[in-house]
Amino acid sequence: MNPDISHPTGKADSLKQWLDDRLGIGEIFHLVQKKEVPVHRHEIWYYFGGMTLFLFMVQVFTGILLLLYYRPSAENAFESVQFIMTEVQFGWLIRSIHSWSANLMIATLFIHLFSVFFLKAYRSPRELTWVSGVLLLFIALGFGFSGYLLPWNQLAFFATKVGTDIAGVVPFVGEFMLRFLRGGEDVTGATLTRFFGFHVAVLPALTTALIGFHLLLVQKQGMSVPPSLEGKPVKTMKFFPNFLLRDLIGWILAIGVLAALSAIFPWELGEKADPFAPAPAGIRPEWYFLFMFQTLKLIPAKIWIFDGEVIGVLVFAVGGLFLFLVPFIDRPGKSGKSKTSSALTIAGILVVLFIVGMTIYGYLD
Amino acid sequence: MCQQQKLYLAPVIVLFLFSLAFAQKKDSCSECHSQFEGPLGDPVQMMKTDIHKAKGLSCMDCHGGDASLDDATMAMDPRKGFIARPKPANVPAFCGKCHSNADFIKKFNPAQRIDQESEFLTSVHGKLLKSGDQKVATCISCHGNHGVRAVADPRSPVYATNVAETCSKCHAKAEYMEGYKIPHDQYEKYKNSVHAKALYERQDRSAPTCNSCHGNHGAAPPGVSSIANVCGQCHVRQSTLFQAGPHKSVFDAMGIGECIQCHNNHEILAPHDDMIGGGEKSTCTSCHVEGDAGFTTATRIRARLEDLVLANSRALDILNRAERAGMQVSKAKFDLGESRDSLTNARVLIHSFSYGEVEKVIKPGLDIALNSYQAGENAMNELGFRRKGLAVSLFFILFLAGLVYLKIRQIESKPK
Repeated sequence: MNPDISHPTGKADSLKQWLDDRLGIGEIFHLVQKKEVPVHRHEIWYYFGGMTLFLFMVQVFTGILLLLYYRPSAENAFESVQFIMTEVQFGWLIRSIHSWSANLMIATLFIHLFSVFFLKAYRSPRELTWVSGVLLLFIALGFGFSGYLLPWNQLAFFATKVGTDIAGVVPFVGEFMLRFLRGGEDVTGATLTRFFGFHVAVLPALTTALIGFHLLLVQKQGMSVPPSLEGKPVKTMKFFPNFLLRDLIGWILAIGVLAALSAIFPWELGEKADPFAPAPAGIRPEWYFLFMFQTLKLIPAKIWIFDGEVIGVLVFAVGGLFLFLVPFIDRPGKSGKSKTSSALTIAGILVVLFIVGMTIYGYLD
Repeated sequence: MCQQQKLYLAPVIVLFLFSLAFAQKKDSCSECHSQFEGPLGDPVQMMKTDIHKAKGLSCMDCHGGDASLDDATMAMDPRKGFIARPKPANVPAFCGKCHSNADFIKKFNPAQRIDQESEFLTSVHGKLLKSGDQKVATCISCHGNHGVRAVADPRSPVYATNVAETCSKCHAKAEYMEGYKIPHDQYEKYKNSVHAKALYERQDRSAPTCNSCHGNHGAAPPGVSSIANVCGQCHVRQSTLFQAGPHKSVFDAMGIGECIQCHNNHEILAPHDDMIGGGEKSTCTSCHVEGDAGFTTATRIRARLEDLVLANSRALDILNRAERAGMQVSKAKFDLGESRDSLTNARVLIHSFSYGEVEKVIKPGLDIALNSYQAGENAMNELGFRRKGLAVSLFFILFLAGLVYLKIRQIESKPK
């Protein structure tokens, strides 16, 4: 039990004592106060997990506010977002922050993922932290895909059509997935309602559970130190308050960045979706799906006797599976000099180069 | 005869029937003419794409004779109805043998007209032909003779986008048209017209070409009294307004062609607001002079049109600026569309030549344009407010971050 709590000296301490008696929060305080964060040249990467979590909280807060006015139907969705942008006090700010924060969150999530990968922080006993993190990445992409359709504008409509078409080419389950995602043969109001359900109920519930699990593991196992520093004396700082206050500076600055982006580049609404209109020129998905989209575009229609698109989708599916299994694949080199597989590190660098290259190519194409 | 013997006879009967069928299909015209080059051989080649041939007709169906005979003289015996090349005067009847025959034509197309020949005889071409002029156009001048294609075929010389060029083959030739006392610059003028632009540039096949105003088989220049009716086939509202307006009776009395007086005939250019009022390009001033009632009305209408054009332009300008700055003004832009509709409506109502009628649509249009402009101005003000708000917010955000930083320094400067 926390000694501070066990010897109350004021009203605040009395309250803490009262809560501790009922909830056992002293244990949590103890865990937090005991936690130390290593201080070294790679320390900066520790902040991206917290930043992602903060941006997710921004999403929850602004998302709830948007729900007050948003109407999830093909007839009303576009007009309701238009109403939010033009009539609701600071509605434009809330919607723009929600959209910008979503994109920044995916960006920090990718940085967090690759920093953990290259610093080898997934090693035993943190395999489950990695697995829950990868699951959270996929859920975040699901948030992005489902949320993109909700304003029911022309670009979103056709991007969803293309995106769900790609899901439809998966062998055996593709047809079912396509119908499940669309709620029918085509992208319609039924798809919008379905995506809304995923976006505000299913995915948040899964995320809450997984974030809880992920954070519990992080607190329990503490911060990982890169293999190059293992066994060497490493300075530490207290998680609370030293590290958390540094996190706080980042979060405050993130609010500033979000406010600036929203005020200077308000998120566009575009034109209302018209299923009978021709697909707009230069249609492409959100930037975080672009590398996959661009790759699928470049794959020939036929590879030997197989459908090129099916091959592409399967390769990405296998890539996703590999991502899950990274902690179990990584084994020390035979020479014993390295504690981790250098081949995996090289593969990781190639994957990053591929993603960045294909994304840039997608924008230039 | 036993059953087996009957079976042996079956192939013989089939062969006999086949030989009969082939004998009936013998076409000595093509067999013989295909050995020629030039004018005698060309028809065989051209008939390969001919709609008549595609429908199962043969040389004999138009030219007569007997194609089943190998002997040329006998096959082309005039006593067997053979006509080698009909004289121009006989062409309408030559084609009319089938095309004026309802019983025959309906076998191929029940909806096909059968009055082309009789209509042709009412045309200027038909009348001149009847009077002995051999130069005028007949059926084959426009449709071709061998290699005739369906009118709906884009390769047909009478397909909508080819009609003007087909007519121009005669009407644009100065020496050919000499003696007819009509101009030969119609095609050149038409190519500059708003109608030609719609037809050729926008590929709008409903846009008028020569036959839309002059008729096709009954081609004739519309008389002064019928010009408004011709234009009114498409421009219904303008025509109705004009008929009910003050100019109708005056134009009739003066013998002036109604629409073409202001809009021209072949070279009909896109109408513009300068055409009304008292300016240099005004068509009103060809009759009205400053001070008369018509001049005053035209000037007032023009001024109100300008007001609406300016109001729309200002509103659109500020809304575009706001949109480029990232503001959401789609609703205001949509509303402004109604004001543009008012302007279009007002430009049509000019044909009533009534200031009151035009004002009825200008006024609401101006109100909409003003509201849209106000929405644009509000958006720009909002933009300014956002930027100021951002500056203030960033100040406090940075201040707060600075405070937290100082707190960290304070904590970490304390001895452990």
